[in-house]
Formats: sequence, C-alpha cells, structure tokens
Amino acid sequence: MIEVKWRRWPFFYIPLSAFIVALLFPFYWMIVTTLRPDNELYRPWNSPNYTPFWTWHPTLAHIEYLLRETLFTTWMLNTLFISVLATLISLFCGLLAAYALSRLKFPFAGTLGTGIFITYLVPQTLLFIPLADIIRNFQLSDTPWALILTYPTFLVPFCTWLLMGYFKTIPKELEECARIDGATRWKAMLYIIFPVAVPGIISAGIFAFTLSWNEFIYALVFLSTPDEKTISVGVTSELVRGDVFYWGSLMAGALLGSVPVAVIYSFFVEYYVAGLTGSVKG
Amino acid sequence: MAQVTIRHLNKQFDQIDAVKDVNINIHDKEFVVLVGPSGCGKTTTLRMIAGLESITSGKIMIGDVIVNELPPMDRDIAMVFQNYALYPHMSVYDNMAFGLKMRGLDRAEIAKRVRAAAEILGIQDHLTRKPRQLSGGQQQRVALGRAIVRSPQVFLFDEPLSNLDASLRVQMRVELKKIHDRLGTTAIYVTHDQVEAMTLGDRVVVMKDGVVQQMGEPLELYNAPANRFVAGFIGSPGMNFATVRLGEAEGALWVENEAIRIKVPSQIATRLRGHMDEWAVLGIRPKDLRVASNTDTADLSFEVEIEVVEKLGSEILLDVRAGASAMVAAVEPTIRAKVHDRLRLAVDVNRLHFFDHRSGVAI
Repeated sequence: MIEVKWRRWPFFYIPLSAFIVALLFPFYWMIVTTLRPDNELYRPWNSPNYTPFWTWHPTLAHIEYLLRETLFTTWMLNTLFISVLATLISLFCGLLAAYALSRLKFPFAGTLGTGIFITYLVPQTLLFIPLADIIRNFQLSDTPWALILTYPTFLVPFCTWLLMGYFKTIPKELEECARIDGATRWKAMLYIIFPVAVPGIISAGIFAFTLSWNEFIYALVFLSTPDEKTISVGVTSELVRGDVFYWGSLMAGALLGSVPVAVIYSFFVEYYVAGLTGSVKG
Repeated sequence: MAQVTIRHLNKQFDQIDAVKDVNINIHDKEFVVLVGPSGCGKTTTLRMIAGLESITSGKIMIGDVIVNELPPMDRDIAMVFQNYALYPHMSVYDNMAFGLKMRGLDRAEIAKRVRAAAEILGIQDHLTRKPRQLSGGQQQRVALGRAIVRSPQVFLFDEPLSNLDASLRVQMRVELKKIHDRLGTTAIYVTHDQVEAMTLGDRVVVMKDGVVQQMGEPLELYNAPANRFVAGFIGSPGMNFATVRLGEAEGALWVENEAIRIKVPSQIATRLRGHMDEWAVLGIRPKDLRVASNTDTADLSFEVEIEVVEKLGSEILLDVRAGASAMVAAVEPTIRAKVHDRLRLAVDVNRLHFFDHRSGVAI
C-alpha cells in the first residue's frame, strides 16, 4: 500500500499539477495584466523593480477604460445575440440530422454522415471567400445575420456528429418500447429520446456556443462598423491602434469576454462530461 | 385476449435466412415459449410479431386481423425487453402511465390502472422513484407493470429474466406464471434457457437455425423429442448419445458398439426394424441410467469408467466413459463411487431414444 501511495506522486500528482499550471497560467497572466497599472506594464525587463508575475498596485483603470471609452458592452450583446441564435439553429438542425442518421435506415445514410463530417473539415480560412460573396449577394454584410447564418456551416456538422455519437449510446429498445406503447416516431423522439439525450444536447450546445463566441475570421470579414462587431474582433481592432497595443484593456476585454463561457461551463459541467462520455444512466 | 396465428413466416437479412417457414398457432390465453440457442431466429420471430422487424414473406394474425403492415402501436401488444428499456428520465409511475397517456386515457383511469398493476407486482411504494434508484428485480417488475397496465391482447417477452441473478430469476419465474394465470392474457415468451421454457410454457417451440424443430407441451418434448437436437437441448443435464449399430442375434434385436450391448424389448424393436444393420444414435437421459444391481441382467447394462463425480446433494452425477462416448448418469446420492472406478450401469429399457444416424430424426 505504502509503495502504491508513493507512486501516485511522480505518476499522478506531479504531471497533473504541471498540466493544471500550464492550462491556467494564461488566465493568470490575463488577470495580472488587467490589474497592472500602465507604468508597471511598460517597464523594461532589466529595470530594478521588474515584477512580471504579480503587481503591488492593482488598478481597475483598464476595465473602466474598456467599459467607458469603447463599445465593449455593445460588442458583448452582439456576440451574445449572434452566439445564442447560431447555437439554437445549429442544435435544431443537428438534432434532427443526428437522429435521422443514427436511427433511420435509408439509402446512403453512412455516406451522408461522412459527407457532413467532411464539410466540417473544410477550413474556415478557405470557406470565407465564397461565403463573403454569398453574404454580399444577400445584402447581409455588416449585420448580425451575416454571422448567424454562416456559423451553422461549421456548427451543424459539429453538433450532428456529437449528437449522433450520443444517440448511438441510447438503447434502441427505449424507442421500440415507446412505439409499442403507442407513440408515433415523432412522439417517441420528443418524449423519450430527446429527454434522455439532454446531456448530449447540452454539451453540443455548450461547444457550439463557445465556438461561435470565440469565432474570429468570419466576424472580421463580414463586419466592419464598430457598432456591429463581436468581442473577438472589436477588442483586437479597436484596442490595437496602428502598432500601439493597449495591453491592459486588451486583457481586460479578453477576461470579461471569457467570463460568460466560464459561467456556462461551470453550471453544466456534469452534463457535458456525461455528454462526451455518452453514459445513459438507466 | 386473442389467438396469434403465424403462417409461413420468413425473414431474410442480406440474403441470409434468419427465420424459415415458421408456422405456429397460439391459442387464446396460452403461454407459448420460443426457445433455442442464440441466433436461432426466436427473437427475430418475436420482433416480427411486435412489428419492430419487417416480414420478408408470410402472414401474422393477431385475433382475426392480419398485422403484417400495422405499426407496433396499432397491434395492441405489450413487450418486455431483456434490458427492461425503462424510460430513465421518468418516475416509475410515469413509466407505467406512458402507454396509457399516449392512448389518450383520462387521468383518473390512468391512476386507477397504474395503482392496480403496481399492487399486483408489489411496487406501490416505489411509484415516485426513478428507475436507476431501483434494484434489478424491481426494475423488472416495473417493466412488467408497464405491460400489464395496458391490458393488451398479447404479451411479448424477450428474455426478460436473463439480466437477473439466479435466485431472483427463479422467484420472478414463479411470479410471471402466477400473473399469467391471473390475467389470462395470451403470452409469447422468448428464452434460451430450457428450464424457463419448460416451467413457464403451456407449449414450447424449439427453434434452431430459423427452423422450428418441434412444438409441443413441455413433457411431450422431454419424453418424445422429434430429433436429436431437441433431445439434447431439453433436459438438464442433457441427453447422452452413443453411436450404435442395430443387429439381430439370438432371435432378438440388439444395439451395440464397442462398449455397449443392449437387448431391445420386442415392442420397441418393431419400430427399429427398418434400420436393421445400420448405424443409429442411441439416446439415454441421465435419469434413466442407474448403477446396476444383482437383479439387472447383463444384456440391459454396460460397463463404464467413472471420470468425474459431481455430488449435488439430491443426486450424484457420474461423468463416465463407455468406449468412445462420454455419458452422464444421475444416480442415487447413497451410491459410493470414486474416480477411476469401473462399474455397470443399467438402463431403463422402455425409455431409450433412437435417432437416425445422418438426419438426426427420431426413429
């Protein structure tokens, strides 16, 4: 027993700690930079009281600047609106597609599933060129709809695949039983399969929301007015002026921008773990 | 209540015959068990009756209605699955009420029926719980309850007891039988366990490779198996087989091989006349073998060597070798026997079975 406990240190605790530090350090850096006053921020590394990892004079000035002098709150609301709608559209399509691909027998179901997956593999950096053309033709440039309607191009395949995997873990007897019990396929789907798939749906939703929240390229290309921008584009375009980086406010924007996602994750952590590992508790 | 008629039922999966020309008449209120090794087509047959599997050809009737094209919900059946298939997000009450809600019954009627079924099954205290909070046996009862509340025309059971541990399985088996006696609903039950089949079934259908081997009352299958497969499948421990040659000597008919030589009494001998001087398979149930005493004549017994002694308490199983064939004899627990002992086993000559050497059909 003693030997086993001893072994947990080099093979479990130490690697785990290293991993946690590596993961959390960027967030720590973000917080420290946000709270650091400007005179400390631009102090050269060889100056006598150079303290890169902490600060003795924390200030909220950068956050204040961000909220008062920039359109940050507008960007936040834009991002929220776009992400929520894009997620809902993608979840809806993904749910129906995943159900059909995993449960219904029809010709070329497998091919279709693979086809959807391949569309997910087309890089956005390539796809934005034709999409820009489409957006212009529909006269949606510089509106939230440019993003709400283009984000599903990568979110739908993603949701479909995640949910397909989850549906496959739900015993088909549940649905068969419901259908013998008198439910039509629609009702069996609505009352039995979807409620049971809630962890999968939530995790697909969280990931889709995070992907839209953090999306950069489409937002950069399709939006140009500062009022219409999302956080990821707004912060980087308005707080980097020429070659001047407003590091403190940049980091404050990144920090505040990541708060909603962090909150959502912490609320649904159990669901999305279950969703990813695909366990239906009987 | 209804009879179920199955006519020339066939099912093919990708050109492979899963079910071949099955014909079964199930009477009203009857409890019929489909039994056979895995992959014999019993579950496929049941799923076709339920409407969960399409029919390649043939006809299934429930009552007077041909149900071939009816969706499961319109067949007025209830099914209990091997993994129970309880809806995990619903309470026990809602699980049982789901089918009634789908059929648009009013609240009071649903409550009445669910409570009545819960009482029959002794789960009235668990109605508010979720399935995962219940033990395996309780989950099984909920699955049964969900079938009972609907009072369907036919119950379908797909190996409902195989996920339970041994003692609970015996208990639930008895309970199932009682429930069936009480409700009198026609039931079709699929299992691979021949003990379940024998104890539950009014009639048992033995299947192998998609083909019905024999259909009959449990004792009929036990006493007069139609072929070697049924003989070996029904009964525990299974029937002993030995390849023997039929011959005539001293004015009587003898079956013999290098280790066995038995004189067949005249009333059985007439049956075997057509197979004279041919090889045949002799079948003897372990129960029909006993340690020979002084009164047993030499021509009704044969010598064996004991290989294993299994003391079960109520009886002793002797695993013995007689020439090329390994046999099991179920003998009195008072017998003193050791491994490597040689002794003579006498047969109950009226309970011998004979099968064609090639086709395996009973002679």
